[in-house]
Amino acid sequence: MPNISKDHWKPTCLRTPFHERLEALAEVNDWYRWKAYTTVNSVDDIEQEYFAIRNSCSVFDLTPMSKYRVRGPEAFEYMDRLMTRNLSKLKVGRVGYSVWCNDQGRVIDDGTIFRLGDTDYRICAAERNLDWFLLSAIGFDVDIVEETYDVAALSFQGPTSCAVLKVMGLSGIETLKPFGMMTFPFHGGELMVSRTGFTGELGYELWTTPDLAVALWDALFEAGKNYNIRAIGGHALEMARIEAGFIQAGVDFMPALETIRTENTRSPLELGLDWLVDFDKTNFNGRSALLKEKQEGSRYRFAILDIEGNKPATDAFIYLGKGRKEVGHVTSAVWSPVCKANIALVSLDMPYGEANDDLWAEIYYHREMKWHRLWARCTVRSAPHWNPPRRRATPPADF
Amino acid sequence: MTKTYDAIVIGAGHNGLICGAYLAKAGKSVLILDANEQPGGACITREFAPFYKVSAGAHLLHLLRPEVLSELGISFDLAAENLGTIALAENGQHVTFGANSIGGIDVSADDIEAYPKFKSRMLEFAETLAPLMLKKPPRIGKTDFEDVKTGIKLGWDIRFGLGKEKMQDFLRIVGINIFDVLNEVFDHDLVKGAIGFDAVMGTHMGPRTPTSVLSYLYRLTGEAGGNGLAVPKGGMGAVTAALADAAQKGGAEIRLSAPVKRIVTSDGVATGVEIDGGEIVSAPIVISNADPKRTFLSLLGARHVEAGFAHRINKIRIRGSVAKLHLALNGVPQFSGVDDTARGERLVIAPSMQHVERAFDHSKYGEMSEHPVMEITIPSLHDSSLAPEGKHVLSANILYAPYTLKTGWDSGKEIFLKKVLQTIERYAPGISDLVAHQELLTPVDLENEFHMTGGHWHHGEFGIDQLLMMRPTYGAAQYKTPLPGLYLCGAGSHPGGGVMGAAGRNAAKVILRGETN
Repeated sequence: MPNISKDHWKPTCLRTPFHERLEALAEVNDWYRWKAYTTVNSVDDIEQEYFAIRNSCSVFDLTPMSKYRVRGPEAFEYMDRLMTRNLSKLKVGRVGYSVWCNDQGRVIDDGTIFRLGDTDYRICAAERNLDWFLLSAIGFDVDIVEETYDVAALSFQGPTSCAVLKVMGLSGIETLKPFGMMTFPFHGGELMVSRTGFTGELGYELWTTPDLAVALWDALFEAGKNYNIRAIGGHALEMARIEAGFIQAGVDFMPALETIRTENTRSPLELGLDWLVDFDKTNFNGRSALLKEKQEGSRYRFAILDIEGNKPATDAFIYLGKGRKEVGHVTSAVWSPVCKANIALVSLDMPYGEANDDLWAEIYYHREMKWHRLWARCTVRSAPHWNPPRRRATPPADF
Repeated sequence: MTKTYDAIVIGAGHNGLICGAYLAKAGKSVLILDANEQPGGACITREFAPFYKVSAGAHLLHLLRPEVLSELGISFDLAAENLGTIALAENGQHVTFGANSIGGIDVSADDIEAYPKFKSRMLEFAETLAPLMLKKPPRIGKTDFEDVKTGIKLGWDIRFGLGKEKMQDFLRIVGINIFDVLNEVFDHDLVKGAIGFDAVMGTHMGPRTPTSVLSYLYRLTGEAGGNGLAVPKGGMGAVTAALADAAQKGGAEIRLSAPVKRIVTSDGVATGVEIDGGEIVSAPIVISNADPKRTFLSLLGARHVEAGFAHRINKIRIRGSVAKLHLALNGVPQFSGVDDTARGERLVIAPSMQHVERAFDHSKYGEMSEHPVMEITIPSLHDSSLAPEGKHVLSANILYAPYTLKTGWDSGKEIFLKKVLQTIERYAPGISDLVAHQELLTPVDLENEFHMTGGHWHHGEFGIDQLLMMRPTYGAAQYKTPLPGLYLCGAGSHPGGGVMGAAGRNAAKVILRGETN
């Protein structure tokens, strides 16, 4: 943590340890604030950045993600009570995705859990969670530390990412399986590489200390210069994660602890995350509420839709029958260049969203400031649009 | 082979005994466990020096619900009842409080006239609240018929029972501080000091703390029901002995010196308790008379409830501020200006509200009061069984002795005792020479002896945010808890502490109706 004893109010935005490198590339000057940090929506060209994710390799500064370290004799017991997922299945050296819920079984946030040791975990999440993690620790022998400011991280995603890491000298990286971790000595320190990401693509996340951040950036770009390596911003990542069907806190669901009108929160079952909830565990936060929901039925259903035409259904309402009955709304939408599909992630009132439901999106768009409205037929997908075999292949093929 | 019961009660304090007695009376097999050697919790009589006995915790009876006594067929003798109060003055010009009158050499005619009006106004408000004491607190947003009925009755009583003007007055003062209200009514510092003292005794509040009017009204619910201050014959232990007797006659079993180590759960349900030493006793219903913090965080373990709930329990304000003084005296103490007939009344040292407030200021910052305020009784004047012939015992509640004393009570106890004795000496010159034995129980001592977190009488502060459906916190406010099979019956639940017995009775009713969360 930076010293917040007296000067914490002066910088309105922190700069990540990669800032000077990113700033040098940020031609369109499109900065925004992500939690405590300033970072870019786009570096130079959104389409080029997007295609780097899908066709070559992309570098995204992950440092603003919230990172927490959980250590101590009861770290496992603590984590297993905090998370809906059964963590006894998460072995040392592996990464798992999970959500965590409040007492009412509504999702506070989602994120990845890194089991660094027997009694040593890192949680990486979009929202700030320290308060909840600390109060969940009452009665557990654990030590919880926020390490957002102590870890420099890059997301390195794309078909050529493995090849670049090999050029960089990370020998054996091709043996790393999805959701695995490896560590390498790096400039006198350590570089941890996990095969994780938010793009549905072959890709890695690179973790080191802030003092080695610039060295890591330089080594990566040097190794990737013949592989069309490209720094990217939040917009390109957003396109990729919608194609992969990944939800995002604050976009596809309201983080429960930031929600005033509690009916606007969502349970994991209402977000299509049933597979993350293990009712065989006798004790995890939100269990009794979720069990009740499972028995009595959910209020909402998460669905991925294919929408006719090529106008993204941003913020659209979803109807049963053309304009007949409003049954939900779009939370994320994108025109997918690689899938040539008009994709929307939606929240629908139960029981709507079955495979054959006659769903329609009411889409508003404008041309030269003249607004148009159109009705587009929607089809419920059973799987995300983007999920290529190379995402899982070990070793990954060289491209 | 371990025996199985229908219900286990943790803690044989008055609420535990009452709850157990009601369940036994309804035909349940009940085991009441207690860590101490005698039943009664903080409502006991014990020896504190050879041949000197005293009510070691609570020392006056005024809140105990008559319904409990009649329904359980309990009786005991009173050594004295309808005690008056004397607000002591160093110069002997004290103020006397009767049920409906005050008197004193320098009390103004205005004050004398104002007192009965003030008292009846407060009693009427207390009466409005009193019926709530014997109901489970209504939850908001639920359609339980009982809850709706209780809510409607309270609303009706406030609006139509009190009438428009009194309702407005009630709503105006119920959330504010006693300091402002008393300044509106009285002039005399001793009058205001003594009433202000009553409003805050047993809480972590000063007269200027918001909601101190409400805690005063809670205190008056006993008087509103017709109970004056009383000294039971044989001390407060006689009351719990009678309760224990009634519970046992009804079929309940009481096991003493059997501290519960933990509440046993299986698949998220309470199934029994483990006693120190490893013995496990099973029952589908486990009722805790321990305070909510001890119940959930120590006996059960926070991991067995939801994190948010555990957090709310952890944040309950439960720091005791009262120390208990016991003196064995070689003779009758002489308080300046108090004659022989008046000595047996309740004696209050609280020279002014400002004085009480300043005494409280110290405790806010983890310091002991420089000039403590107190409530003194000399029960041996009414009950000769408590001390050898010609000797006496003095029992006093001393404010403010913060549970978390910055310097620690190991070194602080002697210092505080000295301050307290010096204070009493100023009002009863020569009393120090009569002291044969002395015992000061700080909140830490009270916690250790009576197993109450923070040494807090009421198992949780009487703030408006910790009353009714918020007591001890939502999710456990109606005696049932988020853990199926586990119930609360103690002072940490509605309506709270004092030797009232309502929580124990209300809990038994909820359990007998088979209510679960």
